[in-house]
Amino acid sequence: MTWLGDHLGDILGLTVRHIYLAGVPLILGLFIALPLGWLARRYKGLYPVLIIGTGLLYTIPSLALFIMLPFLLGTKILDPINVIIAMTIYTVALLVRTVADGLGSVPEEVNQSATAMGYQRVRRFMSVELPLAVPVISAGLRVAAVSNVSIVSVAALIGVEQLGSLFTDGFDRAFLEPIIVGVISCVALALLFDGAILGLTRLATPWQRAGEGSS
Amino acid sequence: MINRIFAWLTDGAHWQGYDGIAARLIEHLGYSLIAVLVAALIAIPLGLYIGHTGHGRFLVVNLAGAARAIPSLGLLLLAVLWLGPRFNGDIAFLLPAGLVLVVLAIPPILSGAYAGVEGVDPDARDAAKGMGMGGSQVLRHVELPCALPLIMSGIRAGTMQVIATATIAAVVGLGGLGRFLIDGLAVRDTPQTASGAILVALLALSVDMVLAMVQALIVSRGLTGRYKRVKTFDPDAGVTPPAPALQHVA
Repeated sequence: MTWLGDHLGDILGLTVRHIYLAGVPLILGLFIALPLGWLARRYKGLYPVLIIGTGLLYTIPSLALFIMLPFLLGTKILDPINVIIAMTIYTVALLVRTVADGLGSVPEEVNQSATAMGYQRVRRFMSVELPLAVPVISAGLRVAAVSNVSIVSVAALIGVEQLGSLFTDGFDRAFLEPIIVGVISCVALALLFDGAILGLTRLATPWQRAGEGSS
Repeated sequence: MINRIFAWLTDGAHWQGYDGIAARLIEHLGYSLIAVLVAALIAIPLGLYIGHTGHGRFLVVNLAGAARAIPSLGLLLLAVLWLGPRFNGDIAFLLPAGLVLVVLAIPPILSGAYAGVEGVDPDARDAAKGMGMGGSQVLRHVELPCALPLIMSGIRAGTMQVIATATIAAVVGLGGLGRFLIDGLAVRDTPQTASGAILVALLALSVDMVLAMVQALIVSRGLTGRYKRVKTFDPDAGVTPPAPALQHVA
């Protein structure tokens, strides 16, 4: 375990980069998926188009996407922006369906009541539909967060540094310890992301706990 | 650059031989097919059993989530480095890599099969029992056909995972299309790397499309609603249903 002690600083640096590469796409992806999901819900014909289209994007293996993006965007292959964009694409692909289904889970009576109370479309979306869709969207976001953390590690193969670099370094030197530490750090980070989203969801949906403890 | 990639892809010499595109494509498909098949043979019966009996439900629900958190690259390199030295020759990387592919394909297929059976309409199950079907008959004639759409989505998700991981497995010496990416990156042969990436993406897309077609063929029309031009009432459409003909008589 001396290796771990000697490299704590490095591991911390890689962890921070990993959080950045997996976390930023999660936020970007959510903000892109919200309007797309709303469109898919609003215009029924768009739903299958968006679901199939994003589904196709999701099938592209991550290493292939990391390598193709620089050619499509004209960026440098080592630029972390490629990883950010690739992960944003995966996040959007997962979340569009979730957002559409989440908005669909809002009871129609609730929407009609809001309209009857004078809520205009935008305000109704922001203060009635979106908050009520939070539990479903959050479930999708947790899946996206956990898989993002794991997929980002593949970027070590194209030379973008994060926790996955511990895998390739360890393998090149036939040294198990960095790989084990890397896997454990990745899983721990995934759990951290998952827990953070779960906590934010609890804060955003106080009504879900309204019945708790009152029995 | 696009021209150079196109030139690489259309060069006949790159398609032939033991390390040509055709051979690598067949290798990639072969590894993936075997891994998904083995995983399905383990995961589908297990998922059906858990869905049918309810034993071990906790295990499945958590396994699918936990598996997603495990980085496939780390697992792969760990397995080869750890298990590899115990074997000689090609087996030293083939066996650990194959094992990892199977292990990664199991959770999505297992949770698909489980969720499929779990989600079967209880009325359909009751009706089958009422018709005198025994436990295994209900499973084979009602639960399995009703669970097929989710079993197939599990297989599709597992297959995509396997194709992606088999690409990465070129790092540990596995063949397949990943070779073009990994070797191309190592010698900075950009046209080869980019061509490899395009081929892998095309392979994944085509395999998923084939599986989607298989799914459309084998899933009962009673579930998909793919009937020949029969007008049905869609409760989501928000249109008032046409009045039943009986009302006119009454």
